[in-house]
Amino acid sequence: MLKLLEQIGRYFMLLGKVFSRPEKGGIYLRRTVFEMDALGLNSIGLTAIISFFIGAVITLQMSINLESSFIPRMLIGYATRETMILEFSSTVVALILAGKVGSSIASEIGTMRITEQIDALEIMGVNSASYLILPKIIATVLFFPFLTIFSILIGIAGGYIITIATGIMIPDDYIAGIQSDFKPYSVTYTLIKMGVFAFIISSLSAYFGYKPKGNSLEVGEASTQAVVSCSIAIMIFNLILTQLLLI
Amino acid sequence: MIRVDHISKAFEGRTVLDDVSVTFETGKTNLIIGKSGSGKTVLMKCAVGLHKVDSGDVWYDDTNFTQLDFEALKAIRRNVGMIFQGGALLDSSTVTENIRLPLDMFTDQSEAEKAERVRFCLERVHLEDAGHLYPAELSGGMIKRAAIARAIVLNPTYLFCDEPNSGLDPQTAIVIDNLIHEITHEYGITTIINTHDMNSVMEIGERITFIYEGKKWWEGTKETIISADNKELNDFVFASAMARSLKARG
Repeated sequence: MLKLLEQIGRYFMLLGKVFSRPEKGGIYLRRTVFEMDALGLNSIGLTAIISFFIGAVITLQMSINLESSFIPRMLIGYATRETMILEFSSTVVALILAGKVGSSIASEIGTMRITEQIDALEIMGVNSASYLILPKIIATVLFFPFLTIFSILIGIAGGYIITIATGIMIPDDYIAGIQSDFKPYSVTYTLIKMGVFAFIISSLSAYFGYKPKGNSLEVGEASTQAVVSCSIAIMIFNLILTQLLLI
Repeated sequence: MIRVDHISKAFEGRTVLDDVSVTFETGKTNLIIGKSGSGKTVLMKCAVGLHKVDSGDVWYDDTNFTQLDFEALKAIRRNVGMIFQGGALLDSSTVTENIRLPLDMFTDQSEAEKAERVRFCLERVHLEDAGHLYPAELSGGMIKRAAIARAIVLNPTYLFCDEPNSGLDPQTAIVIDNLIHEITHEYGITTIINTHDMNSVMEIGERITFIYEGKKWWEGTKETIISADNKELNDFVFASAMARSLKARG
């Protein structure tokens, strides 16, 4: 318990360094654009593939399990849309990104630490925490919500395509379902969640990456710790945010 | 001038530096020598502020470096250049971008002025044609030279070199030594070099401090090191068969 509190304390101390005034705004802007490409754009393919298949599978599952003459078929489209918006495209995509982006951030910064690149920045007088981590946080917080929207659209499209491909239901019913009883607030809720998850993924992974002092084994360990910690934090904050924003 | 004054440092109860005092003179190549694990790297890292000393002070001319707050520390570090053992170039940046970074961060120079300064530094270390390459595409000697270029781009007052020629062939090592020596004299820099390479000692050792088991054991110059009457120093200096045979021949 004491160790956990110590870790949390160190994490917030690092955040204090990260959010100190940047030396040169222009350089940070360039780095943020670079990180958007490295961490955001490079995640589009993975997000698209997973969202498409999950959207398709949800539609199939709903179709099999809601097989009743008392249940309108359009509910399948409705359920697919709601599942994608409320949970999959924010929480599950965030868990996937914690694995991909989180481990990448932790190993990148960890390698920079053990090869003395971070020391080199410090010697130059550069605030290494801010220079390396702040652009990653800003890039992910700004870009990941777009991945969520993209995931929702691809997932719903996946469901639609599977209705055509398998003939399991009439596509027009699916379309009617995804259009029915739409609450725009659900999208706001999911985007807020993804913004928070993006912050958790980038900052927590950077924290674990910043720690190693010794060798490549520690970098690997930091990478694993980053993914595990991000996943747990995402689950906890999913619960908290759902309670705060939906209930 | 940099003066470390009675500094001590321990890690997890193990004393690595014990009451060490050394003065590193301006415009000279000041070498710290000693066996692996003797504490010379810790001494350098304490002097440059990468390790916090347990006791004692580090003076940069008239400024007590150990008493500075974060902002004052940042300001003085802009006068410090450091060449790390592995080069420590940023992997995601080209050689030019690495050298340019301090200019981007701390000067208000125009793009043309920065480009000119980078070109000058690249020429100074004979890397004119390597500016577009990434660190992974460079040889060991080129990495060291690029690191020197980055270290001198802001015209530092103090230059720290952590084993600058480790892992290099003897000829390249001499090139690096001479480059550091020339730069030191050309710009009147206080240069501190951490090494266990006896070729470096005999080539450029204007001031030499021998560290043994965390203590300052001997101080002198390349002229006096050969004739020093100090068992531990002699064991270190004449460890190789070639050095012993040269000594035997007088």
